[in-house]
Amino acid sequence: MLIRLNDETAPAPSEITPEALWRSRRDFMRTAAAGALALWLPPALGAPLKASPGPFRASDKPNTFDEITHYNNFYEFGSGKEDPAQYAGRLTVRPWTLSVGGHVQQPLTLDYDALFRIAPLEERIYRLRCVEGWSMVIPWVGFELAALLKKAQPTSKGRFVQFVTLERPAQMPGQQTGLLPWPYREGLRIDEAMHPLTLLAVGLYGQTLPAQNGAPIRLVVPWKYGFKSIKSIVAINLVEHQPTTTWQSVNPREYGFFANVNPEVDHPRWSQANERRIGEFGRRPTLPFNGYAAQVASLYRGLDLKRWI
Amino acid sequence: MSAGRLAQAGLVALCALPALLSVGRLWLGVADPADYLTRQSGWWALTWLIATLTVSPLAVLLHAPRLIAFRRTLGLTAFAYASAHLSVYVAQVAPTPSVLLDDLVGSPYIVAGFAAWLMLLPLAVTSSKYWMKRLGRSWARLHRLVYPALMLGCLHYLWLTKSDYREPALLTAIATLLLAWRIWRWQRRHRAGSVT
Repeated sequence: MLIRLNDETAPAPSEITPEALWRSRRDFMRTAAAGALALWLPPALGAPLKASPGPFRASDKPNTFDEITHYNNFYEFGSGKEDPAQYAGRLTVRPWTLSVGGHVQQPLTLDYDALFRIAPLEERIYRLRCVEGWSMVIPWVGFELAALLKKAQPTSKGRFVQFVTLERPAQMPGQQTGLLPWPYREGLRIDEAMHPLTLLAVGLYGQTLPAQNGAPIRLVVPWKYGFKSIKSIVAINLVEHQPTTTWQSVNPREYGFFANVNPEVDHPRWSQANERRIGEFGRRPTLPFNGYAAQVASLYRGLDLKRWI
Repeated sequence: MSAGRLAQAGLVALCALPALLSVGRLWLGVADPADYLTRQSGWWALTWLIATLTVSPLAVLLHAPRLIAFRRTLGLTAFAYASAHLSVYVAQVAPTPSVLLDDLVGSPYIVAGFAAWLMLLPLAVTSSKYWMKRLGRSWARLHRLVYPALMLGCLHYLWLTKSDYREPALLTAIATLLLAWRIWRWQRRHRAGSVT
């Protein structure tokens, strides 16, 4: 249940992560060592996390650790796909403060260590579909957002959940530019936030999150486009009215509040009918709700999904 | 080897350099080869096309007509990078041709990029001295296709950009300047012609 740092009695990663995944990581670390000449920044190795296999394990083959940590959209570190891997190492995540407030009966302030003690950690293998037309499969370690919200006890006025990313331009070079209005903000309807698929991730591949993937804590909403899964969260607020999200404020015609993965509704400038899995060359069809329709389609009954993007 | 030939050889080496560096980087490892190849080849195709169109203004402004000798190499380089760019795309959609239809309908920037390549194709084919002689005056008229190709290339880049417009805007601004200079010169020549 706890994260154990620098503890020799901590379980080996092989006890937590499926054997094949663990092997692929060993392989990667070997290649990374061999590739030091390759100007290839070896990923900062996270602390191992103890997690039990959770539900919702996609049968797709997970992407490799180096794909997941070197192809990122995290504009706080620049708009290039490899900018986060290059610059996120500067980010210090300890100490960290995550506050949960707004319309709740029990406001919370959590420090770094507390993030790993909110609920027992599970490993879940989720597909992630970016609005740009690519996808990955990622073995996250985390817990349901619902577990945290239940501790804070939203009141009847807490109909939406707003999330805010850290704003620290000194360590986040992208925030020194006007790429986006900072800090990054996202939001969910309360029923979406309470859904068992909605995860707060604190790790991937059995270890704490690399900074470029949203350390120390990020949201993962696998049936929505990736920009909804906000990274490096410092505040979660229960609010009464639908909050404005960052991409919505930049371009409401192209990026909606719901942003459910939908092959039937194209982005105004590109097709969303198919996607390219990172590491592959060909394309594969995009699935409604990113393949999670059986779990979440009922949340949107009666909603015109062509209109409410 | 004459100075001119030496300069030509140097230019060819320079033109090959980004491709060689990209292949080297690919060999060392990139997170996503398809994306890396697409971005590199596309960015360089547009950049070489812009370089091609800076030759004439430079030759005039520097009073150095011999610079024109470098234009063909630059233009063929732009075509080579554009063809590599298109090949990476074709490799992506070839296994599932229905995807091509989705793209043509839903992703207009792909149509713009393909149209630009189609315009460059006859220019590359007719770039030799043989075709210059054979086509005579029509050669210059045909090669004006490079202007719409450049505009479509810029449109393609702007259209596919999600939000960081710094690079496509810079390339488009340079391209616009190069086209504006030509329009200005044509108008001046036309006016001078009508007066006499």
